[in-house]
Amino acid sequence: MAAVEAEALVKVYRSRKNEVRALDGVDLEVQEGTVLGLLGPNGAGKTTTVRILATLLKPDAGSARVAGFDVRRDAQSVRKTIGLSGQYAAIDENLTGRENLWMFGRLYHLSSAEARARADELLERFHLEEAAGRVAKTYSGGMRRRLDLAAALIGRPRVLFLDEPTTGLDPRGRLGMWDVIRTQVREGATLLLTTQYLEEADELASQIAVVDHGRIIARGTADQLKSQVGGERIEAVVHAPSDLRRAAQLLAPDGSGTTEEHMRRLTIAADGGAAQLIDVVRRLGEAAIKVDDIALRRPTLDDVFLALTGHAAQELPAEEEAT
Amino acid sequence: MTELSAAVNDGLIMTWRNLKRVPRIPELAIFAILQSIMFVLLFAYVFGGAIPLPGGGSYREYLMPGIFIQTLGFASITTAIAVTDDMAKGLIDRFRSLPMARSAVLSGRTVSDVIYNAGILVVLMLSGLVVGWRVHGSVGDFLLAVALMLFFTFAMAWIGVLIGLLVPSVEVGQQLGFLIVFPLTFVSNAFVPTETLPDWLQPVANWNPFSALTAAIRELFGNPNPFPSGFPGDHPFLLSLLWTTALLVVFAPLAVRRYRAIDR
Repeated sequence: MAAVEAEALVKVYRSRKNEVRALDGVDLEVQEGTVLGLLGPNGAGKTTTVRILATLLKPDAGSARVAGFDVRRDAQSVRKTIGLSGQYAAIDENLTGRENLWMFGRLYHLSSAEARARADELLERFHLEEAAGRVAKTYSGGMRRRLDLAAALIGRPRVLFLDEPTTGLDPRGRLGMWDVIRTQVREGATLLLTTQYLEEADELASQIAVVDHGRIIARGTADQLKSQVGGERIEAVVHAPSDLRRAAQLLAPDGSGTTEEHMRRLTIAADGGAAQLIDVVRRLGEAAIKVDDIALRRPTLDDVFLALTGHAAQELPAEEEAT
Repeated sequence: MTELSAAVNDGLIMTWRNLKRVPRIPELAIFAILQSIMFVLLFAYVFGGAIPLPGGGSYREYLMPGIFIQTLGFASITTAIAVTDDMAKGLIDRFRSLPMARSAVLSGRTVSDVIYNAGILVVLMLSGLVVGWRVHGSVGDFLLAVALMLFFTFAMAWIGVLIGLLVPSVEVGQQLGFLIVFPLTFVSNAFVPTETLPDWLQPVANWNPFSALTAAIRELFGNPNPFPSGFPGDHPFLLSLLWTTALLVVFAPLAVRRYRAIDR
């Protein structure tokens, strides 16, 4: 059964000077117990989609249902079934971690004792017990995000929306966040997650939808998308500009490699992974071509965009961040 | 949970949350009180000597009701700042995504601001007693005056909510708030008798809601209350009640409407 369904969602932001079609006909579906990753650059329409599904914003056209309830006509029923954790940790900085969770639990209409028990359970699960009695102002970025996610889970939501859960976190914070999200996924949560990172969608989502200019331009599993992009590649930066052509002929005699003269960089497809990298290094050595840098590169959001749209992932004016 | 009991329950939780902020950021209350005490000292000891009251009486007794109304009026700026801050930090969005009563965010805000300002008022009254302010009226009149002031605070809080929802940042809210509240307190009888103002300004000052409030509580406390005759001077209590009700009837629905329109 589809826990989240949206058809032809349109949202236009109007200001005196211009009109921005933030969403231009978005369709999507998240099956119960699965994770959909909404992948796209800033301004693509990810946040707008989540805000409409979470009843925070009214679409100009189209319809959406969460857990079977219409987001416009039956918003209060939708709110009972969802948990939302946004881009900015929306917690009360002047309350302690425990007080925050208790408050949100009470606002989900749990009894005071129930809210307290649930708060303690989540504080423990998210490694916040030690900080539970401190005001949230003193928390690190990673701790705030974990508290924010805990707040989204306090009412045991059937559907969870996470809007860029790791944006702005340091690598350690990101790993910690992935860990707690994965736990939710294992326990069968239905999750819609937005991200700018292919790696993150790959890590957490079973299905990915790529968003660009308010439209979904591709769907599939991470592997399907990557195969469209062409999978992994090897990038080598040669020391002497004169060696670039020679290296290209040596490693990709069929002419499939791409060279960037000014960067002295050669890129070739790498279906063979690390073994192929070792082989490439050996052959370059034998041909006495000196390299400054060589690496196996995994496709990024930029590569996906390049392959799907022919243009790189552009940052649009931050109109959706402003609302 | 019925709709009404949810509204009360959620409103109380929001009130709790707003009041928790007071001990967590004690500077806010301390500076609000210090600012008012500064005005008391400034007018009682610096300007006061140069302001003769028509009909005589103690300037300090005249001054304190003006200080009370000024402080409670300025409190709406604090309300606006708190609302804008909640908007900017995404808290309003989170509350709107919860199955809580829609009314609770704003009712919790305004009710907690009335409670908070009642506390500020107690401190100010004690400071007033120190500089020589006295209450000469009956206990009933005293309580009526306090009730009127809190009703006024409630109405002003709704204006603060509306400003807080409309402005893009805390700084703009603060500026706009001052722009509205400053002339209201100074073109009034809060610090000087309106008779000392230029002729063209006198009617404005006399009909100013802040003047009506100040005159009404001066009368209830039995403090000196020189006021030119005419409707505002003869019926300050009635006029202050009308003004406060009017402000509430106009601004509370506007604030609620603005809050509902956030999802556009």
